[in-house]
Amino acid sequence: MQALYAQLLVGLINGSFYALLSLGLAVIFGMLNIINFAHGALYMMGAFVAYFLLNLGGINYWWALLIAPVIVGIFGMILERTMLQWLAGLDHLYGLLLTFGIALIVQGVFQNYFGSSGLPYSIPDQLKGGVNLGFMFLPIYRGWVVIFSLVVCLATWFLIEKTQLGAYLRAATENPTLVRAFGINVPRMITLTYGLGVGLAALAGVLSAPINQVRPLMGADLIIVVFAVVVIGGMGSIMGSIITGFALGVIEGLTKYFYPEASNTVVFVLMVVVLLVKPTGLTGRAA
Amino acid sequence: MKNTISALLLGTAMVLSVASVASADDKTVKIGVLSDQSGLYADLAGPGSTLAAQMAIEDSGLKAKGWTIDLISGDHQNKPDIGTTIARQWFDVDKVDTIVDVPNSGVALAVNNVVKEKNGVYINSGAATSDLTNAQCTPNTVHWTYDTYMLAHATGQALVKAGGDTWFFLTADYAFGAALERDTTAVITANGGKVVGGVKHPLNTADFSSFLLQAQASKAKIIGLANAGGDTTNSIKQAAEFGIVKGGQKLAALLLFLTDVKAIGLETAQGLNFTETFYWDLNDKTRAFSKRFSEKMKSGAPPTMVQAGVYAGLLHYFKALEALGGNPHDGAKVVAKMKTIPTDDPLFGKGEVEANGRVTHDAYLFEVKKPSESKGPWDFYKLVGTVPGNQAFTPLDKSTCALLKK
Repeated sequence: MQALYAQLLVGLINGSFYALLSLGLAVIFGMLNIINFAHGALYMMGAFVAYFLLNLGGINYWWALLIAPVIVGIFGMILERTMLQWLAGLDHLYGLLLTFGIALIVQGVFQNYFGSSGLPYSIPDQLKGGVNLGFMFLPIYRGWVVIFSLVVCLATWFLIEKTQLGAYLRAATENPTLVRAFGINVPRMITLTYGLGVGLAALAGVLSAPINQVRPLMGADLIIVVFAVVVIGGMGSIMGSIITGFALGVIEGLTKYFYPEASNTVVFVLMVVVLLVKPTGLTGRAA
Repeated sequence: MKNTISALLLGTAMVLSVASVASADDKTVKIGVLSDQSGLYADLAGPGSTLAAQMAIEDSGLKAKGWTIDLISGDHQNKPDIGTTIARQWFDVDKVDTIVDVPNSGVALAVNNVVKEKNGVYINSGAATSDLTNAQCTPNTVHWTYDTYMLAHATGQALVKAGGDTWFFLTADYAFGAALERDTTAVITANGGKVVGGVKHPLNTADFSSFLLQAQASKAKIIGLANAGGDTTNSIKQAAEFGIVKGGQKLAALLLFLTDVKAIGLETAQGLNFTETFYWDLNDKTRAFSKRFSEKMKSGAPPTMVQAGVYAGLLHYFKALEALGGNPHDGAKVVAKMKTIPTDDPLFGKGEVEANGRVTHDAYLFEVKKPSESKGPWDFYKLVGTVPGNQAFTPLDKSTCALLKK
């Protein structure tokens, strides 16, 4: 039983990464109608920016949490301005292909310069060590990841669903012409939204840098699972992707305990089942 | 009539010219470096293996003796189907004679069958599975650098003798992990130890915390990591995070490469015990080669054991070609020749290619240095022991290779 508690907690930790990443994807899909396959590459860039900040600029983890999402977010906004915006109104497939291509290029460039085995990034001193919870040894850093990402997820949800700005955003997705008539700069808002989604990916990258190696392919390995999370949760649903992210982390954690060989596939099995029973995803609305 | 005669003459001339090519010594040979060029083993093999092969061609001096040696490389992406497809294309279309490197035991075993079928030469450096020179041995295969038997015996035996008599395995769920766990388990039980549990994880796993918690709960004295590359670095890094080593359990990285230690960082990796057959800073000869090698590497990295094995294996192959004098296209014949010449090269020293294709040379027990002991960017290992070549690998009387039963 003790082991089970430990696995549940570990599942929550992984779930927080799924939640942060799928949240960004959901925001981008919901507001821009783009299936952002570059998300994994941008997550990886977040981790690399944190590494550079520390090793070239001597800027520590705490500042990296703030600076890396901004830098990568700006990179994302440039992508949106120069490439993605021309795809508005076209079939999803075009956005998917373009962002997939961008991901391959970005990963290729990083791999060319930094190899594939990765760079070390250590846990900040304040979060080193761990506490014994009785049923498991919880590294403080992991606890921090769960709490921090939960706060970020809820803040994003609040921003989009409960504020004036969020209301504009949602209105702009429904009917851009009408919103423009009210004097709101819709293209700029869309660029900023893409920047926000990308920033969330970069933030997840910084959070994961001390746990995983900072590797060019770290995002590629994760992004497919995250897409499955978004599909299960319902494309474009903010709360849906947060809840599914955490839930799938837990389910995957339990699989690792009961039948580890299947831990890589359990998410996809669930995806198939959900698609068969409720094709719009658990929280999605019918189109 | 005139036309017919000239056609006949032309035809005769062509037949004669073809015949004359075949009768003269054919001194052309084509080598394919098949490796993981972009995945988790790309740093420890990959482009560095291709570079090592180029250096072996230059250093062999065969070009000055009238040989033409071509080199191509391919990316098997850690997928057996892609590996065999490339190998078949190389033999059938590109007329490749010899395939070298091939890390990833799953791919290595699949390619092993293709090379035998096409009667090529297979000099494996990157793969670990000892099956290549046991149940799956062929007259076309030479397994150069290391194998699971050697890793299990050198590291496993040393740790059990030092008191680590209960083990828990984290095993990569494919041919390599299974072979390494099997070979290590045999050593542990033979030395009076016990395996109390284990878990098989998928290849290329990012998060090991679930598995590490299970290992922690098992209370085993040693947690054996029967995995490689990114899987090993992630397990070691996360084990430190979960306080496993501080809690009194010891990690045994059964297969650890130089590039892995670099990726983990000395701070976390210090004190790890493991075995390799090559390290760049062993002696003057290895240092001289490594200096030349790292100058040509884009990352400036010295060679890993696998890359060194590609170089040394090819050097030995070229010695056999020179001894044969030409016509290098009968793979089994070339490998038979390789087995008659004792191996002796600057990187692995003296040894031999045994009848089952296994190359024997000394194996070294290393310990990762403390950050304070390291004097340079790649100064990572402390030599703690040497296992002589004739004891490090499967004894011939225990090998299950069919070639030995005559």
